[in-house]
Amino acid sequence: MKYYKPATFEEAVALVAGAEGVTRILAGGTDVLVQMRSDIITPDTLIDIKAIPGTHEITRTKDGGWRLGVAVTGAEMSEHPELGRDWPGVVEAMDLIGSTQVQGRATPVGNLCNGSPAADSVPAMIAAGAAVTVTGPEGSREIPVEQIPVGPGKTSLAKGEIITALTLPPRGAQGGDAYLRFIPRTEMDIAVVGCAVNLRLNGDVITEARMVLGAVAPTAVVVHAAADALVGRTLDEDALTALSDLAEASCNPIDDKRGTIKFRTHTAGVLARRAAKIAYSRAKGATA
Amino acid sequence: MALDSSKTTGFKYVGTRPNRPDGLDKVTGRAKFGADAYAPGMLHAAIKRSPHAHARIIKIDTSKALAMEGVKAVVTRADFATGLEGEFGDILENVMAGEKALYDGHAVAAVAATSALIARDAIKAIEVDYEILPHVTDVDAAMQAGAPVIRAGAADASVPEGLHPNVVRYYESGHGDVEAGFAEADLVVEDHFVTEATHQGYIEPHACLGTLGSDGKGELWCCTQGHWYVQKVCAACLGLETSQLRVTASEIGGGFGGKTTVFIEPVALALSRKANRPVKLVMTRSEVFRASGPTSSTSMDVKIGMKKDGTITAAQGTFRLQGGAFPGAPCEMTAMCAFAPYDLKHVHQVGYDVMSNRPKQAAYRAPGSPMAAFAVESVIDELCGQLGLDPIDTRLKNASREGTRASFGPTWPRIGLVETLEAVKAHPHYVAPLKKGQGRGISCGFWFNHGGETAVSLALSEDGSAQVAVGTPDIGGSRASMALMAAEVLGIPYEDIRVTIADTATLGYNEISHGSRVTYASGLATIKAAEDAVQKLCGRAAAKWGIPEDAVYWEDGYAKPSGPNAGDFEPLHIDEITATMGATGGPICGHFEATPEGAGVSFAAHIVDAEVDPDTGKTSVVRYTVVQDAGKAIHPTYVEGQFQGGAAQGIGWALNEEYIYGADGRLQNAGFLDYRIPVASDLPMIDTVIVEVPNPGHPFGVRGVGETSICPPLAAIANAVSNAVGVRMRQLPMRPSRVLEALESAADG
Amino acid sequence: MSKTHVTTKVNGDEVEFLCDPRETLLDVLRDRLHLTGAKEGCGTGDCGACSVTVDGRLVCSCLMLGVEAEGKEIGTVEGIAEGETLHPLQQKFIEYAALQCGICTPGILVATKALLEKNPDPTESEVRYWLAGNLCRCTGYDKIIRAVMDTAAEMREAS
Repeated sequence: MKYYKPATFEEAVALVAGAEGVTRILAGGTDVLVQMRSDIITPDTLIDIKAIPGTHEITRTKDGGWRLGVAVTGAEMSEHPELGRDWPGVVEAMDLIGSTQVQGRATPVGNLCNGSPAADSVPAMIAAGAAVTVTGPEGSREIPVEQIPVGPGKTSLAKGEIITALTLPPRGAQGGDAYLRFIPRTEMDIAVVGCAVNLRLNGDVITEARMVLGAVAPTAVVVHAAADALVGRTLDEDALTALSDLAEASCNPIDDKRGTIKFRTHTAGVLARRAAKIAYSRAKGATA
Repeated sequence: MALDSSKTTGFKYVGTRPNRPDGLDKVTGRAKFGADAYAPGMLHAAIKRSPHAHARIIKIDTSKALAMEGVKAVVTRADFATGLEGEFGDILENVMAGEKALYDGHAVAAVAATSALIARDAIKAIEVDYEILPHVTDVDAAMQAGAPVIRAGAADASVPEGLHPNVVRYYESGHGDVEAGFAEADLVVEDHFVTEATHQGYIEPHACLGTLGSDGKGELWCCTQGHWYVQKVCAACLGLETSQLRVTASEIGGGFGGKTTVFIEPVALALSRKANRPVKLVMTRSEVFRASGPTSSTSMDVKIGMKKDGTITAAQGTFRLQGGAFPGAPCEMTAMCAFAPYDLKHVHQVGYDVMSNRPKQAAYRAPGSPMAAFAVESVIDELCGQLGLDPIDTRLKNASREGTRASFGPTWPRIGLVETLEAVKAHPHYVAPLKKGQGRGISCGFWFNHGGETAVSLALSEDGSAQVAVGTPDIGGSRASMALMAAEVLGIPYEDIRVTIADTATLGYNEISHGSRVTYASGLATIKAAEDAVQKLCGRAAAKWGIPEDAVYWEDGYAKPSGPNAGDFEPLHIDEITATMGATGGPICGHFEATPEGAGVSFAAHIVDAEVDPDTGKTSVVRYTVVQDAGKAIHPTYVEGQFQGGAAQGIGWALNEEYIYGADGRLQNAGFLDYRIPVASDLPMIDTVIVEVPNPGHPFGVRGVGETSICPPLAAIANAVSNAVGVRMRQLPMRPSRVLEALESAADG
Repeated sequence: MSKTHVTTKVNGDEVEFLCDPRETLLDVLRDRLHLTGAKEGCGTGDCGACSVTVDGRLVCSCLMLGVEAEGKEIGTVEGIAEGETLHPLQQKFIEYAALQCGICTPGILVATKALLEKNPDPTESEVRYWLAGNLCRCTGYDKIIRAVMDTAAEMREAS
């Protein structure tokens, strides 16, 4: 395995484009090192992007959104004084991954590129409307996070392309997001089901709604019909039941060691209801 | 006059809570565990393992691995002794497969190389041709006609005719007439219970460093619960004289029974012999799960009859244990422990040891007992519920006590179950109010405890301090306990005693640290060795005073004349005697070697409050209390630690831990990510109550405490969850999906 | 195979080593620097026995490559005591019997020291969640949590 530590993204892109065999980008390494230790994959080329300027920064964008460097860790997101006020769901989703130790290294972009259907931060980022900057030999383009995963372990990135930044949109007024996952223990498990909800209100009435499920299909599932079910009404019992039913209907899970089809489907509905309540109260100004 | 320091009260050191002698090393990172040893010229080893559950090994081609830069030796089964039978034959077969790979993870070859990375790369270059055979991993399926035969001819004479060849041992006992007993009952409950295999889950993987020369002399460093056993097994597997192999036990990073046998040590020694260099071999976590000691999975049927007043009229149990690809599942222990807490007129129990294509089961903390308690105590809880009886009063009514004929035959000596149950009844937890969604469960548990071959040597230094060499690896703070007991006899401070785990060259044979035997047997031997030394100290004083030896007695570290008739002499302190011992007869040492037979059984009862999320079926343990008879707690803090540790392991077993096999017979969750042991945020504080009903077989009344604590939790938690959801939980682990299904069935029913 | 030269600081001391890029920081600490306080319990970030700090940040040394240590400051259990004076956590862990076998202890001490530096007054729940990635199989965590809470209280009083 060859290890490189490029000083610029241009250099990194050139390395990726020119590399033979299996190439991996190293940010936090909390997936790739596990895969190496477990003999699942041994890269021929490993490109450590953490020496590139700006990759550790969290900055407010001109429009009031956020730009996160690709080596920003979960711990850095949780400790940031303002990011979590705007996007508590995104921050808590990232924070749920692994241990305190893993939080010290793991990055949301790594979580995205690893391509796991159960990635916790991904549904939250999609619900928030996050986008990534993809840079390749032909230049850079900005694409929504939801277009990156295409299947378990697979992304839409072309050969020679890497992600060079993550952006979150401006939170704006009366918005709130939340992410919940179900695991058998209190910590340290992979999500059996995950659910992110992002709402905007006008008074008590929902004006925008996005719900995204994790671990119930080969990629995160955007439940587009959630907007139809919620927009124009308050989050009353009927709305919650409709949302819960929609979540269940959107599942296409597998039976595996972590959960059954039946359990995942049922629990998606439970989490949809619970996450929506939290997002709703946050949109109304709650800070918890 | 033989010195006898037996007592159950009036202790000066025993029962106090001093700091552990290994504490400083363990908080500074200095303590040396299995993988922490390095030797000049050392090689690193790795093991090639079968990916198949059951396969004939057609050919192993090691040529590519041997050709790699840095590879110094490769071994296969051909490099080990031949002709071994019985226990050692099975261990060798498990250490390195012969004709067949018997489970996913079974070792087939190994490499030693100049670095761990090269060794790992080299095993990938070993090519093995397999003929894949049909496999079976479930205990009930393995007993069915037509199930693949794991190994023909493995059954012993205990197995009745007509059973499948995978049934390799059979146990049956009891007394009375159970059918007559059931006829007397007002209510009979019969149910089927299932538990999955769990792993001991020690955080330290198996590790060793071995050196073996062509002269047949060897040195081995390893993490083990019993290095004399490792010595004789390795000697057999490699064709050595036992005494030519010296084994030193490292600090051990948890064992819980899983390090009572041998997995990798003969491989390191075989590689070392071939390469003529020291070889270090450390299992990966995945190897630990795939190829070292899980416990048995079980399929059990229990039937109990009860009168309206709570009297148990009869009890019957059938316990089928899956023990992996070798005989040895503790089916007789399961059957014997099942009804041990109860005074029964009519009782009958049967155990089956069943082989499957899984790793050879190894002991896990009270092997076989927790599963039995799960089945039996669940049925008792169900009977109490249906008859409207208090679960503690009912257990007290039927409790075994001194003079009771035990369910498996013997008559109980002084035992502490009644006192334990009364302590539960008196505990505030037992009557504390429950919140909505919560349920309370209680359960009894029983373990035999054990004596075993034991040798201890104690030597006094000139300054009056003492060094004690014991042969039982310290798995629960035993160095502190030994020092306390020696201090009590010698009458010198705890801090003046250093206890060392001796290597195999230094003492006679010591049985493994298992069966909760260490504080009992090594403790007894330490007391006797100290008494032996005291006898000699008294002899030196007598000689100095010119009076008979039996006119001198020992008190608080002083030799004293036994009365006015003995003469008027100033008492001699130990350090006054030892200061001149070279000139008064030579070094003063004490010894004791024996196989103590007086181990005292112990009982426990646990109280658990569980809360179930009705939407997801997820269970949280919100309050937990352990009550257990320790006989005498030598170091009460470490006794509490054993109680808490056993309870925590039981919580894992009950709720989330399980071996998950795919249809291909491969283990699906060989890591701490998906083999879910409890994490800190999963557990509440674990309250403890130490009951002390002295064991007459130990000078200070000690009963073992390490194992009994894992016997009640499975049942206690299952009873709590069952009471919370209103449905009897008959299968472990009670993972959320399983509890949710129970909730749904309750709603439907 | 070509090795990479790395210069780093461990417990304040500058060290240099050559390593294969596949070697983890844990491999390097143990096999090259013979600092065996950090343990490999799993090698996959699930048990926390290999916990160290890197530039003050708590990480699993099994989930970081040795080559990534270039220019960093690594803290291990061997660096917690100052000379013969134990850190209050080390002292309390001994007094409370917050360890049995001791294999998880180095990782738990490194982790709790990092916690108390960040949060001198944690709740029991905060301690439990902070330590969720440090598996202990012996104690049921009870005495560990009590030792950490009491150390925190004592350190607050002393400061």
